[in-house]
Amino acid sequence: MIEKLQDLVNGNPGLVRRGKWTNAVMLLGIGNANWIITIRAGQIEAIAPEGWTVSPYDFAIRGTEEAWEKFWSPLPPPMHHDISALVRAGKVRMDGDIDMLLANFLYLKLVLEQLRGHYAPEAA
Amino acid sequence: MQIEPIIGRYARMEIHGRPHRLYWEESGKGIPLLCLHTAGSDGRQFRAILNDLDITSRFRVIVFDMPWHGKSSPPEGFQNEEYKLTTDGYVDLVVTVAKALDLDRPVPMGCSIGGRVVLELAKRHPEMFRAVIGLQSSAFAQRYFPIDPLHKPNIHGGEMCAAYCYGLVGPVAPMKERWETLWHYMQGGPGVFKGDLHFYSMDGDVSDRLGTIDTAQCPVYMLTGEYDYSCTPQASKETATLIEGAELTIMEGMGHFPMSEDPKKFKSYLIPVLEKIAGP
Repeated sequence: MIEKLQDLVNGNPGLVRRGKWTNAVMLLGIGNANWIITIRAGQIEAIAPEGWTVSPYDFAIRGTEEAWEKFWSPLPPPMHHDISALVRAGKVRMDGDIDMLLANFLYLKLVLEQLRGHYAPEAA
Repeated sequence: MQIEPIIGRYARMEIHGRPHRLYWEESGKGIPLLCLHTAGSDGRQFRAILNDLDITSRFRVIVFDMPWHGKSSPPEGFQNEEYKLTTDGYVDLVVTVAKALDLDRPVPMGCSIGGRVVLELAKRHPEMFRAVIGLQSSAFAQRYFPIDPLHKPNIHGGEMCAAYCYGLVGPVAPMKERWETLWHYMQGGPGVFKGDLHFYSMDGDVSDRLGTIDTAQCPVYMLTGEYDYSCTPQASKETATLIEGAELTIMEGMGHFPMSEDPKKFKSYLIPVLEKIAGP
């Protein structure tokens, strides 16, 4: 499901242009599932489940399943429509190199938004 | 070509005892509606109100850029200072501008930090104002994100300010207005948004003073967007219950910048308030 993000981002020239200088490895936590997303020059180079031993990353954005499900719904409810809103609501937390994350925050918010309307929980 | 009816001018005046060069725009005739922009932005947020004949036919809409913001300069010597907005400084600024422009009992309409300061104005100077309108107004706003990254050499300040504000625009706002709103944030001076937030989430807690606002003398109207996670509907509701007679409406689908992010929808909420102030 989450792998769709690669095509959604790489097929969006405006977004790739915005991320021209973004080179980072992001851990995206969805409930208990962690994904390693490698970004090179604004393109998503790879999306893979976190390795069972060691998976280095620059920063992590971790949220509950419910938080992401609502965030990626076509019209999210209040407090679930933005990463900052989810942080405020206590449903998403961020760690790692926060300066690096924030320096690329607008790009990353737009990247994560691409899954809106494209996500359904794995179990469904 | 179409020329808008807005007139913009610069004024030289003393603010906080120091010479300033202040930019303001206005349009219309009637009751002065003195508009106060949000933290880190400028008067362009009120572009739709200034251009709206339904409003400017009855109100003289006046919008100034706060010192350090938009086309208003910081005072001489600013390069050696850290900008920090305080409650006293902000109240003094609005009163000074209202007096300098010789406004007869204007109606301050402020958003966010402006929505906060109008409560202070109603408390401290009820005789000066015929009513106040607080947009995204609450007694206090809890800080939920670090503010130092807003002014740090390794992070682009304009991009950072826009990133912080991106989701504060409601999710159904028209793209054109969303990105215009964010553009204003991208253009703010270094550290200015951060300096305004000193007032918003440090200095400007009015919780303990709201009970004494006399809404019979100075009515208080509040409009808050449903999607605002900075000044939440809940925070506005709690604030409104502390002010006897305050009237609060929650604006469906709207975020933190109603006049700028979705002017058309905002108008449908604003007109009933303006009619209460001016008569139908």
